[in-house]
Amino acid sequence: MDECRHIEAPFSAEVARELQAGQRVLLSGVIFGARDQAHRRFAEALARGEELPVDLRGQIIYYVGPTPARPGHACGAAGPTTAGRMDAFTPQLLAYGVRGIIAKGNRSPEVIAAIRQHGAVYLAATGGAGALLSRCIKDAQVVAYPDLGPEAVWRFVVEKFPATVAIDSRGQNLYQFGPARYRSANSTT
Amino acid sequence: MRKLSVGLIAARVAALCQEANFDLPPDVLTALAEAKEQEESPAGQRILEELCANAGIAASERVPLCQDTGMVLAFVEVGQDLHITGGSLGDAINSGVAQGYRDGCLRQSVVVDPLHRMNTGDNTPAVIYYEIVPGDSFRITIMPKGFGSENCTALGMLKPADGLAGVRQFVVAAVKRAGANPCPPVVVGIGLGGTADKALLLAKRALLRPLGKPNPDPDLAALESELKTAINALGIGPEGFGGRVSALAVQIEAFPTHIAGLPVAVNISCHALRHKTWVWSGEQD
Repeated sequence: MDECRHIEAPFSAEVARELQAGQRVLLSGVIFGARDQAHRRFAEALARGEELPVDLRGQIIYYVGPTPARPGHACGAAGPTTAGRMDAFTPQLLAYGVRGIIAKGNRSPEVIAAIRQHGAVYLAATGGAGALLSRCIKDAQVVAYPDLGPEAVWRFVVEKFPATVAIDSRGQNLYQFGPARYRSANSTT
Repeated sequence: MRKLSVGLIAARVAALCQEANFDLPPDVLTALAEAKEQEESPAGQRILEELCANAGIAASERVPLCQDTGMVLAFVEVGQDLHITGGSLGDAINSGVAQGYRDGCLRQSVVVDPLHRMNTGDNTPAVIYYEIVPGDSFRITIMPKGFGSENCTALGMLKPADGLAGVRQFVVAAVKRAGANPCPPVVVGIGLGGTADKALLLAKRALLRPLGKPNPDPDLAALESELKTAINALGIGPEGFGGRVSALAVQIEAFPTHIAGLPVAVNISCHALRHKTWVWSGEQD
């Protein structure tokens, strides 16, 4: 489990199904940033039968609100935000066709079921490694909802962006089996 | 009577906001390095290595440690014989925060209204706590607090009969419930006693004590150590992927409380525990 797999972003449904929870990957290519407010607007658009401002079918969404870039830098600090806040919106987006999500933290049973149903994959980026991850982002542009400031929709070009497969398309969940290995037998809860 | 101008305070606050976001305190860096030595899980070790590297990059490139540059808490100690001049102290602190967040390319993460959620555009207002102390000096600690961890806060109004066992159970359950969300390895701040609001403030202040320094009260020191062991036995590990190190430290602050109450507050910090302090004792700077 120590080798890192280099994969292009976006990746195919076949690649999504090959990834296994616990595996390390390095992503290169294009991913889209969106978090709380953008997800609310996506849900509202889909409810009205409208297209999303960006075609996210087959794409990867990264839950992030970066800091403003310093002059000369492509992007500011850009680590993941907590995925659980987007759980309510995720099954619908996976049904719509989003292939992968990058964030941090466990997902609800409904999201895990949707990941399995649609053959998607959930990757975890290291929370709090904002400066380190910003180096992996070679270009960052706001592509929708600029009025949302840091919560706008971003298009990122990434190079060797490190992530760990947290929940794979079979529903195997690193947040479950990881701690189980290290939980003490006499743990009080 | 000594005088201190709000202009100087604002300028210092602007600097503190940036330093806090770029420079991880040395005691936290030491704790992360020690955690890396203690961690047995390969995934956990890798993450701790990334976090140490991240701290180096942030410091050298003046880029924030984390993109959640937080809502700012300011803890202010004003000597009762000091005269603050030139305007409102609160306004000066907020203007320093606005300037620091602009100059440092930090994120604007504050909304005016919890329900309507329009961004304030300058990361103000800060949450400011004032204390009047003897003497004529001025001390301010700026603590950017990210909300991944803040959202894991817990308050329990225990019964006195619940006792130590009740406190232990409540704290461990709160950290278990938080899981990966506060970006472990965490620092757990605990407030014991007071009123409900006081307990929460104690928990927050407990995070400011330098890591690695045991509590001066031996009973609380023993409880801190016991709780750290119990939390690490949960196996949550760095980023919640499993491991031996889930908490870098557990720190407790206590206060007298009512005969009918045992308030316990848990305020968690992620591993990017950020705070910077300025003490002024009369320099004309």
